[in-house]
Amino acid sequence: MSAAVLPRTDAALSVWRLRWRRFRRHRTGMAALAVLALLGIFALAAYPMQWFGGFDPDATDLLARFDPPSAAHWLGTDEAGRDELVRLMVGGQISLLVGLLATVFGGTLGLLIGIPAGYFGGRVDAVLMRFTDGMMSLPLLPLLIVLGAVDLTKLGFSPEFARSGAAGFWRIVVIIAIVDWTSIARIVRAATLAVKERDYVRAARASGAGAADVMLSHVLANVATPIIVSFTLTVGRVILFESVLSFLGFGVVPPTPSWGNMLNNAQELVTTAPALAVYPGLLIFFTVIAANFLGDGLQHAFDPRSER
Amino acid sequence: MARFILRRILQAAFVLLVMSFVIYSLIGLMPGDPIDIMIASNPGATPELAAALRKIYGLDQPLLSRYGHWLWAAVQGDFGYSRLHSAPVLAVLAPALWQTCKLMLISFTAAVLLAFALGIVAALRPGGPVDALISLFAFAGISVPVFWLALMMILVFAVDLHWFPASGIATVGDGSIRDYARHMVMPVITLALAQTGGFTRFVRASMIESLRSDHVRTARAKGAGEGRVVLVHAFRTALIPVVTVMALNFGSLFGGALLTETMFAQPGMGKMIYDSILGNDYNLALTGLLFATLVTLLSNLLADIAYGWLDPRITLA
Repeated sequence: MSAAVLPRTDAALSVWRLRWRRFRRHRTGMAALAVLALLGIFALAAYPMQWFGGFDPDATDLLARFDPPSAAHWLGTDEAGRDELVRLMVGGQISLLVGLLATVFGGTLGLLIGIPAGYFGGRVDAVLMRFTDGMMSLPLLPLLIVLGAVDLTKLGFSPEFARSGAAGFWRIVVIIAIVDWTSIARIVRAATLAVKERDYVRAARASGAGAADVMLSHVLANVATPIIVSFTLTVGRVILFESVLSFLGFGVVPPTPSWGNMLNNAQELVTTAPALAVYPGLLIFFTVIAANFLGDGLQHAFDPRSER
Repeated sequence: MARFILRRILQAAFVLLVMSFVIYSLIGLMPGDPIDIMIASNPGATPELAAALRKIYGLDQPLLSRYGHWLWAAVQGDFGYSRLHSAPVLAVLAPALWQTCKLMLISFTAAVLLAFALGIVAALRPGGPVDALISLFAFAGISVPVFWLALMMILVFAVDLHWFPASGIATVGDGSIRDYARHMVMPVITLALAQTGGFTRFVRASMIESLRSDHVRTARAKGAGEGRVVLVHAFRTALIPVVTVMALNFGSLFGGALLTETMFAQPGMGKMIYDSILGNDYNLALTGLLFATLVTLLSNLLADIAYGWLDPRITLA
């Protein structure tokens, strides 16, 4: 009766509300979130620009190559006379999407390896973790380049598909995911080890829940915290990988723009149109640094022991 | 300790063997066909000739048997011929490896020294303005695409200011050390900056933890000067995880070297691997990738051993 009129205390708040409160006080974390939101809006602004502004990211105009900024082309035009601003926006959609998708796929792989390793321990753990260690000790970039150079027709895909933009997009998502899952697997394994002997997990097991059930409903829910931080940092790293591979010509294939492949012939651009070499790189840089600061902020918000 | 090292060496050898098969298979999936390339410039080539060549080179055999032949030859030191360079693969590889080692060693040393200085200074007052500035620098270093950093260096210091040459390792006809050094400046700075960010964060975190620990408080209580406390007592414990992380980072150092060499047109391993993949030079690509893997595995092995050696509390069972 009297409990109903007691003011709400912190204890009544859910753990996520508390974390959000802590995170809101983390200035760089909040700034990073704002920057990422702005970059997302920038990338999506390509749609209104195309629908209402009449801008076309693929429309070439060979009489207007390397035009300086003007009323028609706010950031000027690129080497094929295409509108630089709209291409940056569309390229942003591609780069951000690759970053998110490859992280989700790689993260899923990391979960599928890390949770059983931590949960079952023993031989399963030894095999899975030696595999992870082996993977971690490889030079990632050269490996990604070879994977990016693989001829899809030799894997049984039709030549039409292998040449399509979709193939270039999905190929880079898949190869980054199969290479960049190790850090998540290790974090998840450690978190699973910490969780699996807690009383509520034992209780679940005692009341007859199977291993798969326990892993899915209890362990997964409790390793969410480190995973969210790790995902954020991975997105940044994946966007860097995407830009490098697309830049080297093994990633997203033109005419589909990505921030990486817009720098394809940047070595020549440096002398003819330096601005074109600057914009895509700056956007990559801001995205990745914001992702890193966001991850840092989340870590502080999630870890009650951290001091600031 | 000896047993631990032996086991780690065996593990590394196993990973190398598995990787040699994986890379071998992947090279086979690269675009183009060695026989087609070989007869492309011969207008009189018939399908029969192609088939005969395929048989001579064993390309009609299944993957495992081809891999077995390759491995047997490789163990004996025969890695085949490079198509692009028309020379044995090892003869092409050796100078490139030396070039890359120079670049990596100088940049790595520069990055480590800078990271120690910045990390220690930042750890003295965590949360202060100096720490914030250094953290920003460190985050920037982690987040900048290496190839774009190289591009911006070229734009500013080569194209605009003409301070340093944009590419190559020496001016033809000028054999002076000075000219040689001028060509190394931008690649080294680029690769060093790319590594410094991550290292600084590790040094800072490790130092903060170490400065809070009991033995540092004891040293202070004993009356040791602040300089001695930080540089001797705290630094020594902070060093252990940092050394490990730095050695483990070798893979990314190699990736960075690949990009730096490609951007500044330096004839190192990284650029060689990249060019060989673009130019369908299968033997060179395969061997180059294996060497890259070997170097990375070795550095990881050293990291493990150093970790056990630096910290006697770690039991190496």
